[in-house]
Amino acid sequence: MVAVKITDLTKKFDKLTAVDNVNLDIESGELFGLLGPNGAGKTTLISMLCTILKPTSGTAQVWNHDIIREQDMVRKSIGIVFQDQSLDDNLTGRENLQFHGRLYKVPKNVMNERMKELMELMELADRADDLVKTYSGGMRRRLEIARGLLHHPKVLFLDEPTLGLDPQTRRHIWEYIEKLNQNEGITMLLTTHYMDEADYLCDRIAIIDYGKIVALGNPSSLKESLGGDVISLASSSKDEKLREGLLKIENVTAVDFVEDAIRLTASKGETVIPEALNVVREHGVEVKSVSLHAPTLEDVFIKFTGRRLRDEAEGKKGQLKRRIGHRRRLHH
Amino acid sequence: MISDIYTIWLREMIRYVRSKSRIISSLAMPIIWLALLGTAIGGMVEDSPFLPHNMNYIQYIAPGIIGMTILFTSIFSGISIIFDREFGFLKEILVAPVSRLSIVLGKALGGTTTAMIQGMIMFILGILLGVKFSSEFGIGLGFIITVAFMFLIGLSFVSLGIAIASKIESMEGFQMIMSFLVMPMFFLSGALYPIETLPDWLKLLTYIDPLTYGIDGLRGSIQGSSVAHFPLLVDFGVLSLFCLFTLLLSAYLFKKS
Repeated sequence: MVAVKITDLTKKFDKLTAVDNVNLDIESGELFGLLGPNGAGKTTLISMLCTILKPTSGTAQVWNHDIIREQDMVRKSIGIVFQDQSLDDNLTGRENLQFHGRLYKVPKNVMNERMKELMELMELADRADDLVKTYSGGMRRRLEIARGLLHHPKVLFLDEPTLGLDPQTRRHIWEYIEKLNQNEGITMLLTTHYMDEADYLCDRIAIIDYGKIVALGNPSSLKESLGGDVISLASSSKDEKLREGLLKIENVTAVDFVEDAIRLTASKGETVIPEALNVVREHGVEVKSVSLHAPTLEDVFIKFTGRRLRDEAEGKKGQLKRRIGHRRRLHH
Repeated sequence: MISDIYTIWLREMIRYVRSKSRIISSLAMPIIWLALLGTAIGGMVEDSPFLPHNMNYIQYIAPGIIGMTILFTSIFSGISIIFDREFGFLKEILVAPVSRLSIVLGKALGGTTTAMIQGMIMFILGILLGVKFSSEFGIGLGFIITVAFMFLIGLSFVSLGIAIASKIESMEGFQMIMSFLVMPMFFLSGALYPIETLPDWLKLLTYIDPLTYGIDGLRGSIQGSSVAHFPLLVDFGVLSLFCLFTLLLSAYLFKKS
């Protein structure tokens, strides 16, 4: 069964197209990741699926309910963990969950049972009656995930679930997410700009950039699609003749100039390095260092966008700021 | 619907009971007004022909100070939606399968309840300072009417606060609202002086101020029609209309934002 079906979904803010004609099906039970830099349109997309933002055009079905015509049914079917914190600091963990349970009309006995179960799973049971303002960042996140699951949603949206957490806590959150996906069979859609997160967690990912899906598949097939190892030569040269020269080397399938590096994709990468260095030297280009690694999702991203997956991608800063401004206003 | 309103109301109550510093600080100012200003100016205007006889100044301004407590508490409760928005909790409410109207009503009734509790505390303090029920309604009915006016004042201004909060982006606008709306409304309301003696232009402004009718109503129900400026029914009617207006306005603006 298709859990989330997105059809021609578009969102425009003034002149900026935050989500651009996205089509996507997410199967039930899937742990699906939207990977892209900040400002790529991930949160805007999720906001529309959660019915807190109206699409400019197109639509989507979440658990067979239309996000425009059946808002209430969609809201009942989903759980959300927002990117920014959304707990009441002056309530205890338990009270935050109770508030949520009442709004979602969870019967009292079911709620108590579920609350106990989730608090234990999230290792919050001993802190349930403390005020949330005394919680650490990781505990808050766990409480938010528990809250998002309290009413047995069919689809759980996680918007940057590990943003701003330390590496150890991130690992823990990953484990919880995995466990929940496997034990409860909940369909999950998470956004992230951490490629290791998408790689580790997701069954399938969509790489999204400037509001468009540029690549779709499971992480290993996306990496394999690059066709070999990645050799990175640290040099700022953008010489087209050099590119041609490098492409002539046996086993080299692609050459990209990325900011401060020349990137070669090649099978049997280690055998290509000496020849590559020769070619570079012939063109009088200086190389400061050389590295070889198995392809990562970062490389996939570079292949499809020509840029690195980073927060401060050039020329996007202004756009990002505007988008954040919009986001603030939208969440009223 | 009712259970949603109750859920949101309950949260306001839990937060209120827990915020001891807010309770104390929001009562400190009215107490200072009543005890210090009441005593200081009271000495000056003793035996003034403008104050009803046998009534000292503290007694005269007590309903005004009760009204002020309710005004400040309720406006602040309404505006606290901005905090919910800033700290993200509003999103949790907005994405729940709950109608926008229930959210506004829950919030409004929660704020009204806290404002009424604060007003009641001031009322009891007033009694300790010598304020007496001297209206023609007697203590029982007088008290019921007093509570009704507290409710109307509270609900009106929480709703106004919610309406304002739906329009302004951040807490920076809050100081503006205090200076240009809340304080003028309080000073024009006749809380501290009789309306009869004002020049016409000031009288007009006083008549436009909705709080005037709230405080006059409290005066009428506590101290009787000889002290009040308008008949009690006029106070009740005008305030009810204003209350309905702000409530509808807040529901409309909140939904739109």
